[in-house]
Amino acid sequence: MAFSFFGGVHPKENKWYACDKEIQEFPAPDFLVIPMSQHIGAPCKPLVKKGDLVTVGQKIGDNQGLCVPVHASVSGKVKVVEARPHTSGTTVMSVVIENDHQYTLCPDIQPRTQEQVDALTAEELISIIREGGVVGMGGATFPTHAKISSGLGKVDTIIVNAGECEPYITSDDRLCREMPEKVISGLKLLMRIFGLKEGHIGIEDNKPEAVKALKAHLAASDGIHVDVLPAKYPQGAEKQLIYAITGREVPSGGLPAAVGCAVFNAATCKAIHDVVYDGMPLIKRVVTVSGDVVMEPKNLLVPIGTNFNDLVNACGHSENPYKVLSGGPMMGAAQYDLAVPVIKGVNAVTVLGRKNEFAVEDPRCLRCGKCIDACPMKLMPVLMYKALQSNDVEEMKANNVMDCIECGCCAYTCPASVPLVLGFKVAKQLIRNAAAAAKK
Amino acid sequence: MAQMKYFYELTISSSPHAHSPVTTQTIMRDVLIALAPALVGSIYFFGFRALTVTLVSVAACVFFEWAYCKLTKNHCKIYDLSACVTGVLLAFVCPVTIPYWTIILGDLFAIVLVKMLFGGLGHNIVNPALAGRAFLFSWPVLMSTWVKVGFENAAGLISSADAVTAATPLANMHQGLMPEASIADLFFGNVGGCLGETSALLLLIGFGYLLYRNVITARIPLSYMGTVAVLAFLFPLGNDRIAWTAAQLFGGGLMLGAIFMATDYVTSPVTKLGQIVYGIGCGVLTILIRYFGGYSEGVSYAILVMNCCVVLLDRIGRPVKFGAPKKEAAKQ
Repeated sequence: MAFSFFGGVHPKENKWYACDKEIQEFPAPDFLVIPMSQHIGAPCKPLVKKGDLVTVGQKIGDNQGLCVPVHASVSGKVKVVEARPHTSGTTVMSVVIENDHQYTLCPDIQPRTQEQVDALTAEELISIIREGGVVGMGGATFPTHAKISSGLGKVDTIIVNAGECEPYITSDDRLCREMPEKVISGLKLLMRIFGLKEGHIGIEDNKPEAVKALKAHLAASDGIHVDVLPAKYPQGAEKQLIYAITGREVPSGGLPAAVGCAVFNAATCKAIHDVVYDGMPLIKRVVTVSGDVVMEPKNLLVPIGTNFNDLVNACGHSENPYKVLSGGPMMGAAQYDLAVPVIKGVNAVTVLGRKNEFAVEDPRCLRCGKCIDACPMKLMPVLMYKALQSNDVEEMKANNVMDCIECGCCAYTCPASVPLVLGFKVAKQLIRNAAAAAKK
Repeated sequence: MAQMKYFYELTISSSPHAHSPVTTQTIMRDVLIALAPALVGSIYFFGFRALTVTLVSVAACVFFEWAYCKLTKNHCKIYDLSACVTGVLLAFVCPVTIPYWTIILGDLFAIVLVKMLFGGLGHNIVNPALAGRAFLFSWPVLMSTWVKVGFENAAGLISSADAVTAATPLANMHQGLMPEASIADLFFGNVGGCLGETSALLLLIGFGYLLYRNVITARIPLSYMGTVAVLAFLFPLGNDRIAWTAAQLFGGGLMLGAIFMATDYVTSPVTKLGQIVYGIGCGVLTILIRYFGGYSEGVSYAILVMNCCVVLLDRIGRPVKFGAPKKEAAKQ
């Protein structure tokens, strides 16, 4: 059963740049910067100090509360622990490791046999997933163990998000083509934890190879459905994906668990498999390095902590980059410094040339209404923006600014290039500020 | 620690970093392309002066917008072509005999008073071209000197004094008579009337192009034309209902107004239901003015009045947001 969500846009997919490039192991550089905050929630406290020796997979940061630990992705010496640039645009406390190129494995890392895995209880599995540092790898980086724990008893449908609707990005596509068994294995573990007989894999119809590979590894008895959905941005947005597969609408301001759903990214499923079977925490991830000025687009298996500059240089660029994005062009964050490291949520580094410039001076809304037709949340961006321009917080709230998922459909489609998403980010902050001021 | 070295400047901005190829300029360009068949037609029907009037009007509109921006030190956006569209549309709703000074005055009124003083493109309340036309009716004789169609007529047409006046179909119908011209003439445009409004066929070709290019939807034009057709059919003044309905549809400025003026993004509602109500309102007002007004043409005033209701029409038919609570959904 497939439903078509309202709105959406069809940006140029540009997947051909990298979709046929096999995943290559990217050699770890001499220095790796591992931020203590790679997830939503409390940042980790560093467990190592300058001069300490670390091994591959060793836990180097952890904290209480909503937090997952981070691990060393190489062995070597801790060079320094200090604040370093982060993909979020700020600086974050990070452990800098000097790579000794020995790749000494941490003794705690022990693979499990199928029998051992079968003997694990749901609680044990959740704890293993937490200790493995697994977070949502589609970009939101919500701690996976917390998503599972909060959904236990409420969730009746698990969906693996292999939608990957952002242009250029092919990391999940390659993962499903090359390691479908690991993605499926991760999903089966999740089904076991939730005690469910069925699972769904949502994928866009522009990835026929990945669909074939997944189906080839599925038996009817697995109870796993591959839902092939029409390619439309933002098909991979959580709420839209749930609607497309189940027809359920996640209530405004609510979580997917409210309609009995839990969504996990394909890369997250692979990470769950790795930590449960191989004992290997999340220290590497697939990153698509692509873009219209990249000479040789690649899908790379990158150690967490590798800086963007090394990745961009490894792929080359034909002209000076205009923007370097962490993620894809629709929702990715533009970086001001290529010293930022790859973290758990970075699925792509997209390098765009000058011809992607579209900002105009003094943009003027035409009231054409194209943003209304494009908004997958069925909002009215034209009126939301007008409320922002008149600085009317009540009107912003009344026009449901807080429901905006910042997918970028409106701004993509706006003929006048009005910076709508930027405006709504500002508007949300104004609403939060007003709420905080009202409390005082 | 090895220092990162790179020798280029990176731009940072909010997402998204991709944009659709459709811009204000391409939309306005498409509107101009859609108006081209009607312009060619009017040159054929009324002679070369149709072209010069249009070009003078476009040049004046662009100049006034540029001059206004220079004088007020605003960012000049004449490249978005919206002033060109206003220029063409104002020329299209004037008789071909209009003196150049008159249309230039109309352009000044449309661009400076109606558009720029309200804040420029996107902020005007009423359609500049129609407001310009309404203003020009301060010279009613100049605005209603209709020339007969035909080459021998048009060739000698240097000044308005040379015009051979002719009754327009709407003037006939205003008196409760069927127009002198046949329905076919009305459809193909072989009748007296404003410069660009006479040929329903050529305007419909432009309509098709705008729909094909996704510039406009059919909601406003169809609800507008449909309302006029239904009312004309229900309350015919002649003996032949069908002919009367066709004459109401193809005579006068209805096609031009419904396809190119009422659909002006800036001055029409953004919600789907609002657009349909707006079209129906335009239709009802057009018929009321045509039947009971002192002046035979109703389209321009009908649209101007409905332009002023847009702020209210924007409030109806708002989409129910994704994930709205059931109660709220039912209420909306």
